[in-house]
This record gives sequence, C-alpha cells and structure tokens, in this order.
Amino acid sequence: MVNSVKGRHMKHKLKLVLVLLLFCWTTAAAQSDTPLPDTVAAAPSIPPPAPVTNLQAVDTDNDHGHAITLTWEKSADDGAGANAVVAYDVWRWYPFDMDVVDSLRQDLAATRDAVRAFRIDLPRAERALEELREDAAKLNTTRFRVAVPDDSGFTLTVDYALRKLEDTIAYMRDNRPTLMNRIKPEQQELDQALERLTQAHAAFPQNGEWRTVGKALAGATGFTNTGSKDQTSSDFFPDYSDLYYRVEAVTIDPTVRSEAVQVGPVQSTGQWFHTGKIPVVLFVAMFLVFTVTFVQLAKRGTDLYVRPLSGIEAVDDAIGRATEMGRPILYLLGIGVATEVNTIASFSILGRVAKRVAEFQTPIIVPCYDPIVMAVAQEVVKSSFLDAGRSDDYRQESVFFVTNYQFAYVAAVNGIMLRERPATNIYMGKFMAESLLLAETGTLAGSIQIAGTDEIAQIPFFIVSCDYTLIGEELYAASAYLGREPVLLGSLKAQDWAKAVIMVCALIGMVATALGWPAFAHFFQVTG
Amino acid sequence: MTIFDKLMQLDRRWVFLFLAIVCVIAYASSFEVPILVEPEVRSIFQFIDTLPKGSVVFVPMDYDPGSMAELHPMTYAIVEQCWRKEMKVLITALSQNGPGMADQAIRAIVDSLKVPKTYSGVSYPAREIVNGVDYVFLGYKPYPAIVILGMGQNFRLPFPLDYYGTPLDSLPMMRGIRNYNDIACAINISGTNATDYWISYGQGRFGFPLALGLTGVSTAQYYPYLGSRQVFGIMGGMLGAAEYEELADNPGDAKDAMRVQLPAHLVIIAFVIMGNIAFFVTQRKQKRSQKEGGR
Amino acid sequence: MKQQLPRIIVLVFGAFLLFQFFVPHESSEWIYEFLLDWIIIIGVFALAVGIWSLFNVHVEKIKTRKFGWKYSYVTLAAFASMVLFGLTAQNGQEWGWFFPFLVTAVLTVMMIVQAWASKGNAKLFLIAAGVFGLSAALIAWLDGSWSFYFQTAAPLQSFMFRRTFDNILVSLHATMFSLLAFFIASAAYRAFRARNVMASLLLIAALVVMSRFNPYLEPLFGEKVNRLSNWLMNVPNLAAQRAIVMGIGLGMVATALKVVLGIERNYMGKG
Repeated sequence: MVNSVKGRHMKHKLKLVLVLLLFCWTTAAAQSDTPLPDTVAAAPSIPPPAPVTNLQAVDTDNDHGHAITLTWEKSADDGAGANAVVAYDVWRWYPFDMDVVDSLRQDLAATRDAVRAFRIDLPRAERALEELREDAAKLNTTRFRVAVPDDSGFTLTVDYALRKLEDTIAYMRDNRPTLMNRIKPEQQELDQALERLTQAHAAFPQNGEWRTVGKALAGATGFTNTGSKDQTSSDFFPDYSDLYYRVEAVTIDPTVRSEAVQVGPVQSTGQWFHTGKIPVVLFVAMFLVFTVTFVQLAKRGTDLYVRPLSGIEAVDDAIGRATEMGRPILYLLGIGVATEVNTIASFSILGRVAKRVAEFQTPIIVPCYDPIVMAVAQEVVKSSFLDAGRSDDYRQESVFFVTNYQFAYVAAVNGIMLRERPATNIYMGKFMAESLLLAETGTLAGSIQIAGTDEIAQIPFFIVSCDYTLIGEELYAASAYLGREPVLLGSLKAQDWAKAVIMVCALIGMVATALGWPAFAHFFQVTG
Repeated sequence: MTIFDKLMQLDRRWVFLFLAIVCVIAYASSFEVPILVEPEVRSIFQFIDTLPKGSVVFVPMDYDPGSMAELHPMTYAIVEQCWRKEMKVLITALSQNGPGMADQAIRAIVDSLKVPKTYSGVSYPAREIVNGVDYVFLGYKPYPAIVILGMGQNFRLPFPLDYYGTPLDSLPMMRGIRNYNDIACAINISGTNATDYWISYGQGRFGFPLALGLTGVSTAQYYPYLGSRQVFGIMGGMLGAAEYEELADNPGDAKDAMRVQLPAHLVIIAFVIMGNIAFFVTQRKQKRSQKEGGR
Repeated sequence: MKQQLPRIIVLVFGAFLLFQFFVPHESSEWIYEFLLDWIIIIGVFALAVGIWSLFNVHVEKIKTRKFGWKYSYVTLAAFASMVLFGLTAQNGQEWGWFFPFLVTAVLTVMMIVQAWASKGNAKLFLIAAGVFGLSAALIAWLDGSWSFYFQTAAPLQSFMFRRTFDNILVSLHATMFSLLAFFIASAAYRAFRARNVMASLLLIAALVVMSRFNPYLEPLFGEKVNRLSNWLMNVPNLAAQRAIVMGIGLGMVATALKVVLGIERNYMGKG
C-alpha cells in the first residue's frame, strides 16, 4: 500500500538514521565543566593577610613520581581577625608548551575516536541504507516520510534520508584511511612536544604563566600536587622537569590575598624503595632466615617435632576402608583457581593421597571446578601413580572438569556422591557456601569425610558435618606432615617460629602502648 | 522407644519439612518485624549520607544469582540513596554470572528513580539517570585480584571499555576519574572471595575507604577487619540489608524477608533446644541403666 | 629441562613480583601492569581448556554409555544454544529465521559430537553435520532480521539471552543456594548438643547470636541480648578469627615462598 506524503508518517525501525545523519552535520560538542560561580557576599575592604612562611617543596616520597608535596607554616592570620584566611591557593608555573602538548593530545584522541567510531558506525550505516532501500522498494515509492526515533515528531523524506545516508557512508569510506594515516604523524608530533617539555620548564619565567592547581583549606599546612604518568592524559605530570610553585593565603574576599610565596625549582621522580614497607621487608627477611635455617637443620637429620594432625592420620585408615569396601575415594580440590595458595596446598595433599590410593589400587574420583586446576591435578595424579609403580592403573577420566559455576558444580558432585557412594570424601582447598551442601550429602551417602580449608566461614560447617577437619594453616601443614620431607618440615617449623615472634611482638606492643610508648606499635605500621 | 529417643534419631527430612511449612506460612502472612540497627551498618549509611553532591561511589557487585536474595536489596538501597543525593556511581561485577544480573539491577533502580519519593521526611524529585553521566558500568573481567590491582593504577587498564562497549574516555563521568584516589569510597557487595582481594589488594595497597556487604554466612569472618578499621562498615546478610533499608527509610525486599527469616530462626532455635532436652534425658537414662547394670 | 624451565620461570617472576611490591618506581610499575594484562589473557585461554574438557568428558560418557549418558546431549545442546544466544541479537522486531538457524546450528554440534562418540558411523554423522552446518551458515548469511555481534554487548540484552539467564540460570542458582538454609537447620539440630563444656559454650553463643535481632525479646531482656551478641561478635569471635587469619597468612607466605624457591613442585606434577 502506498503511503501518501502528507499527514502519514511511517515509523521506521532504524534508530540510527538521525544519529548517522547528524554525524555529518555536527561536531561533538565538548562538554565543558562550567565552574560554579563563587558567591561572594559584598564585604568591606580588608587588608591582605600575612603570607605563609617556610614554604618548601619536595618530591613526594614513596611513589612512582609525578607528585610534589608542598609544606608551609600557616599564615599568621589563619583563623583570626578581620582578614582571616579561609584557604590557601596553590599555583604552579606552566610553560606554554604544555598547552601545545594538550592540544596535540586532544587532536590525537579525536582522531583515534573518529577511527573507532567509523569502525562501528560504518557497518551500521550500510545496514541502515540497505534496509531503507528495501522498504522503499517494497512500497514501490520513495514518497513517504520517516520519523526520527527521538519522540520529537520531526520527519524526513525518504529521498533526503537516503541521500544523506549515502553521503555519510561515502564520507566515512573516504575519510577513514586519511584519519588512520594521521595517527602515526600526530603521535610523533606529540612525542616530540613531550621531549621539549623539560627545556620548556627550565626556561622559567619565560614562555609560561602561573595557573592554579589546587586549594587547601584554612588550617592546612601542606598540599600534594599529583598528576597522571600517562602522557596521553589531560592531567599528565612531567617527571625530571623544573617545577615552580606559589602559595597565596586567601580571605573570604577572593581578591584580597597575601603576597605570593614562591618555591622552586623542584623535580618529581619515582623512588626505588618504599620506606613505608620496611616492616614487611624485615618480616620477610626474618621468615626467609628461619626457613633456610630449619631446612638446613632438617636436612642434617635433626628431629623436628610436628604435633599430630588427626585429620591427616585418618587418611590412611580412610583409604584402607575404601579398599575393603571396594568403593572409590572422592577428592575435591575446592573452588579455587590454580594460582591460589590453598589450591596449591591441596595439590600437594592430592599427590600424596593419590600415591597411597595407587598403592592400595583403590579408584579415585577428582571432579574439578577450574580447567587449569584439572590440568594440574591430572599431572599430579599421573605422577603419583608413576611414583607408586602403577602407571597402568592411571585413568585420565578419573580427574575431570565439571563446570566452573559454584552451584552447578555442587549439584554435579552431589550426584556423583549419591551414585558412586564413595567410602571416603576428602575436601581440601577453598570452599564457600557449597561446603555444607557437599558435607551433608556426603553424610547421607555414608562416607567418611576429611576436610581442610582456610575459609574461616566454612570451618564451622565442616567441623559439624565431617569426621575430621583441618583448620586454617593445618591445611598448609598437611603436605609436610604427610610426606615428612625434611625440607617441608623445616618450612613448617619456620612458620611456627614466625608465629612465636609475632606473639611476642604483640605482647610487647600491648604493654608498651599501655605504658605510653606507642612508638613500638607505630614501627610496625605499613603505609602505601 | 520414648519420644526423646525418637528425637535423638530424628530423620533430617522432618526438620526440612517443618522449616518449609513455617517459611510458607510466614511468607503468606503479613506482619512487620521491627528492625534494630547495628553500628557497623549505621556507619556505612552515615558515610554515604554525608558525601557531597557529585562524589563518585564505587559499588563492586561481586556476587552470583545464588546470593541475589541477600545482596540485591543492599545494592538497591545504596545505589538508590546515591542517586537520590545526586552522587555518581561506578559499578563493576567481578563474578562470572554477575554482569547480566548487575545490568538488570541497574535498570530496575533507574526505573525506580523516575518517580518522586520521600525518605525520612525529605522529598526527592524524579530523576532521569543517564549512563555515562550518573553511572558507569564497567562489566566483568576474570581474576578479580588482578583486576583490583589494575584499577588501582587506572580504571582503564582492565576496563578500556565499559560493559556496553563505550570507551571510558568518552564517558563524561569518567573525566578526571583515574583510579581509587578519585573515588569517595568503595562498597563491596560480595558473595564470593573477591572481598579478600578488596581488603588486601584494594584497601591494603591503595588505602581508600572500604565497606562490605556480605552474605550472612561469611559476615563473621570479616569482623576482624572492622576492628582494625580496614573497613568502615559491614552489612551482614539479609538482616544487614534490612537494617540499611530501615536507615534509608526505603523498605524493600530485605525488610519484607525478615518476616520469613525470624520464624525460621525461631524454628531452628526450637529444634536445637528440643534436641538438647532429648540429649540430656537420654544421657540420664543411659547413666541410670549403667548404674543399675553395675549393681 | 622439562622440570627446570617451569621452575626457572616461577623463580624469576616470583622473585620479581616480590621485589616489585617494594619498588614504586615507574619502570617496575610498567612491567607489573604488563604482567597483569598477560594474566588476564592467560585466564581467557583457560576457558578454552575448560570447554575442551567439558566436551571430552561428555563425549566419553556418551561413547561408553555411562549412567546418565543421555543427559550429556542435553548439556552439550544447552551449551551450544547459550553460546549462540550470547553472540546474536535481533536487528528489529522480527525473528525471521532465527529459530531454524538455532536448531540447525545445535544439530551441527550434536552431529559432530555423535561422530566423535560413534564407533563406526563417524562419516555419516560428519556428512550430516556438514549439511546442517551449511544450512545454518546459509540462513545466517541471508536472513537480515538478526545478526552476529562479536564486538559489542548488544546480544547480552537480547530477548533470548535475558530470558534464559533471568528465568532459568538465576532461578537454578537461587534454588541451590536456598537448599543451604535447610541443611544448616539439620546440621544445627545434630551439632548443637551440650556434650561437654566447649560444646555447651558453642551452643549458648549460637543461641545468643541467633536471637540477636529478634525484636520481640527486647521487652523481656532489654538491650542485654543485643549487647551480649555484639560483644561475642566483636571480642571473642574477632580474637579467634584474627588468630586463625594470622596462621593462615603465615601458611600462605610459607607456601608461596616454597613455590617460588622451587621447594614445592607438586603443581608441576613432579616426577
């Protein structure tokens, strides 16, 4: 049916028509943050306040650079008198070359944006044109109007819309290669301008001007001017350039301000060592010393006592039980990924359990939550079977990936438990809300359950529903306990000694703080 | 076999059945449960309430549909409060099934702001919430620890584009927002272990104010961080969400769910007490029969 | 070399990242950010490994006719469908030939699975897969009412994706999570018995904390229950949790150091 031109509007399903048409007509208007006007009540004339004193500027410590810290002593008129200071304005000297850099950066960003927009909008425009042509062909006329999809009621004739779409597409096709070819030279120009910045800063006070970089409120005695390390960012802060700052004390009338106090040149750089993390360095060093010492002692044959872990001692009995009953052992590594320490600890335990399982010739089932964990677990079990001299008994399908959705994994494992009826369930690793679902289902299936996790919230659930539970760091100790290797026992002793040191330091800190000497506790404060 | 012996060997399915019946009856009834607000929830509300207009609040929604019932009400209450007070919200979803759900939540909250409302006696007009101006939704990337560390350098590092495919640099809200230094606070609403990463890698390394919204099961685990002031507030489970709704004067699903949770808790307490009574009675009977057997 | 190369890589990168924590300089930061990007890329490849394993397991199940093998078809068909929903979206209001495309695409995948799992007729199934695959490709090419979107999030708002996610996946997840409430009730009934002093303390603490928010106890006990509960959460609970967390922290440091120094090699499937 032909639609008449007058009074009949056909809603066109293409929502992009107006956007694409406007693409050629308008340029993206940059949003400008209109500064809020300061409302200043009319005030009687007041004398300028005293300036700040002892203004210093230093490179901000313990950072990657791109920051300067200013400190000063407050103005004498801070918080008193008719010309009371309400704020301190901080100014920095900017060479005009910074504007050049900014302008080049914006040009480059606009070019990149345009190329990106073309990549998305060109296929859309082509599709829109094709559909509009099809509609016109179906109706066998172009004498109808299309409504623009913005509820404005504005309409266009199809002829006009088609022409504009064709022009837009032609424009994008013609200009995209040109724009892409502009990126590299613009980038080079920007790089050269950035290289000139250091000299531009050194040319102070020529070819530049003072600009405000921030404000500190009354009472403040410092300010940190930071910026981005990213050279393409609008607030790029150059390192290794001579910077100059001024601080003025300002009264309630912003035109009444103190004499500017200037400081500079100062350069920002990154530091090679974070002094706020010294306590961490000392602790790590101490721990390393303990580890090396006890490993050496263990290698020399010194007997290192490790208290019995009932959960681990039960593993042998549990495997024996499974063998007698002719039922498999189910081992779960939890829902962690291979990079997590608790999963790595679980691999160690799996290796030892798999070796015993291989010796007893008991089937083992290891459903995995993560694909990489599965890959590693397969290698671990295979090696264990090899170590036990039972490489022929190893079945790759005994270690398999289920899904990495938490509750889908639980549903699958519960199904395995109720079908296979394993004699022993071993849960070692990271578990979240599914811990109780698994453990209760295991109880229903009549399995002996041994669990170990460092997820504190799940420990109570395992304690309640499992026969044996390894709590927290016992999971990490289990591998050493099972294997009794000197090296692992040595690191376990190192952990214990480190804990002892922490306890002693906590006690001393408590006493020291109570006696009015907080410096001891402050020494352990880690910043940044 | 006495009733106490039967109670000691009670099939767990009776417990399930009784609990289910009580939950259904409570759900079908209508009564309101008065909510007592805890200090750790109040501190979150007060922190957000005192933020100036235009502040950027970061809300990482790191939970799956499974935890939606407990955590969605928190999200709704906090994000709606932020938007009513004309603050900006930066959202991410660092769990696999989270982004679709987060997107859905955002749309629902945006719709709710199209209607004027009065909270605690203050009238808020209807608002049109615009993507890119009032909120930015970053989406999902794997390995939350890596993403959290990356965002500490620059949000654009792990998320060069937002969830809808728009470059972050072209979003008006993201101008001047580079990393955690430029946000007022982060409220991590999580049902996964991403909270551990937010505390150690996020707050520990970059020092921004962090509060938590957690499932009931994992709440107790994070109280040490409240004590050491690494986090400034915790909302624990459905109750925490209900407390927040109470403070915001914005009753929602959490407050509504309290009328089911309260009877359910009472049922569990009743079963525990019954079980202990049965335990003591059977213990006494065993001791008595041992004494008599000894004679 | 097979054993030594991974150990060298772990040592070099582990040591670097340990030192990087203490070095704020821009150069170290640059390397660190570079490595962060790569970890995300590797994580994405892990997905491919997982998908391969999923297929492998289910095809094996079909091949060996293990218990529940028919459900493996459902799993694989659902997997293929969800991938297609996540990559396609309507261009307008019409569905066009989307559903025939969906059926032919899923049948293609099923025929490939069948060819893989079958013992003799693999060729036949491969031919069928080819036919269905060609049909699907033809429909995709000719039908303009829907399209593939690989670079935008448009398909994630599509009708089919939203319906399957909101109405199936979300409901299933919520159902499984809600089972926890019932299991907690039965576990509490079995576990909270005053067998000895410690168990009695646990019982009393649990009862107090569960009664914490019960507003109907306030007329009877005033603020006492609330205050006692807060004290339990903020003092003994906090103290015990801190102790466990410190122990776990030390354990994690020790394990990480053992991995970096090559003492712990189980993750490599040590020989």
